[in-house]
Amino acid sequence: MTTPRPADTAATTAAPTDWPLWEVFVRSRRGLSHTHAGSLHAPDAEMALRNARDLYTRRSEGVSIWVVPSAQVTASSPDEKDSFFEPAGDKPYRHPTFYEIPDGVHHL
Amino acid sequence: MNITATPALPLGDDALILSHRLGEWAGHAPVLEEEVALANIALDLLGQARVLLSLAGDEDELAYLREERQFRNLQLVEQPNGDFAHTIARQLYFSTYQELLFDHLAPTDSELAPLAGKAVKEVAYHRDHAHQWTLRLGDGTDESHTRMQRALDSLWQFTGELFEPVEGLETVPWSALHDDWTTRITATLEQATLTVPEGPRHGAWRAGAGRQGLHTESFGRLLAEMQHLHRSHPGATW
Repeated sequence: MTTPRPADTAATTAAPTDWPLWEVFVRSRRGLSHTHAGSLHAPDAEMALRNARDLYTRRSEGVSIWVVPSAQVTASSPDEKDSFFEPAGDKPYRHPTFYEIPDGVHHL
Repeated sequence: MNITATPALPLGDDALILSHRLGEWAGHAPVLEEEVALANIALDLLGQARVLLSLAGDEDELAYLREERQFRNLQLVEQPNGDFAHTIARQLYFSTYQELLFDHLAPTDSELAPLAGKAVKEVAYHRDHAHQWTLRLGDGTDESHTRMQRALDSLWQFTGELFEPVEGLETVPWSALHDDWTTRITATLEQATLTVPEGPRHGAWRAGAGRQGLHTESFGRLLAEMQHLHRSHPGATW
């Protein structure tokens, strides 16, 4: 394109803080839960939703989208992996395995 | 070239030409996400154009081999992109019109009903996109407010043509559509702290009406670019 166009649109020079990062979670039409699909930049939640719809769902019907500001996500620390995730493997009394299942229960 | 006299031709031309204009934004949009949104809308419109032009004849011949005077699109859709606000104002005016028109056509027995029924969901999204950006630019910074108002004002003169009856669509209640359009546009602009433009709906300098094949100055350059390859290699397939 050689058509001259004003290059000074405000958004071009916007600070990254004006367009914060959002995490996108999508539940597909037959999906049971929302799955993290990716992230994107948007000025607010409404635009984040619309952008997510364009980028991650291709507008297939019946999907549900959650957008969350990345700053709102607190993540577990890799340094604490051991104490966080391996606490109870050798302690069978922590698992509910000592109960008799009554005869009438089929779908437990 | 065999062209059937059908209202699908002017409506198809609207979609084709606006799609081309939006395609010009590729690689130039303010942010990556907006680039995707504009491309999405362009693709929706191109899809509509293909269905509509196919009702009138061969879609490639109609797109690439007609002269300027044979195009029936509204002058609004051929207007240059300008800054982002101009593009959004053009989208707001046009998508609101298109949504109302397709809403009306979808349940009728018109030959356009199947297309209208399918496209009305796309068009509702286009209108929402333009509505959202109008709110943000109008109620944004002083600069974005000024630009949005300027864009709305400068394109206003092309909105009268939207409601001139289209040949073959005599059952469409054009004046009721006009009222609904004005109501919706007014609501959006008020919410965006903008003013509904005053002044004539037809500019005094205007060449005529797009529906009659009379177009504005920039349209010839658009066509030259769009048709260049096809005309340079007649009969090629791709």
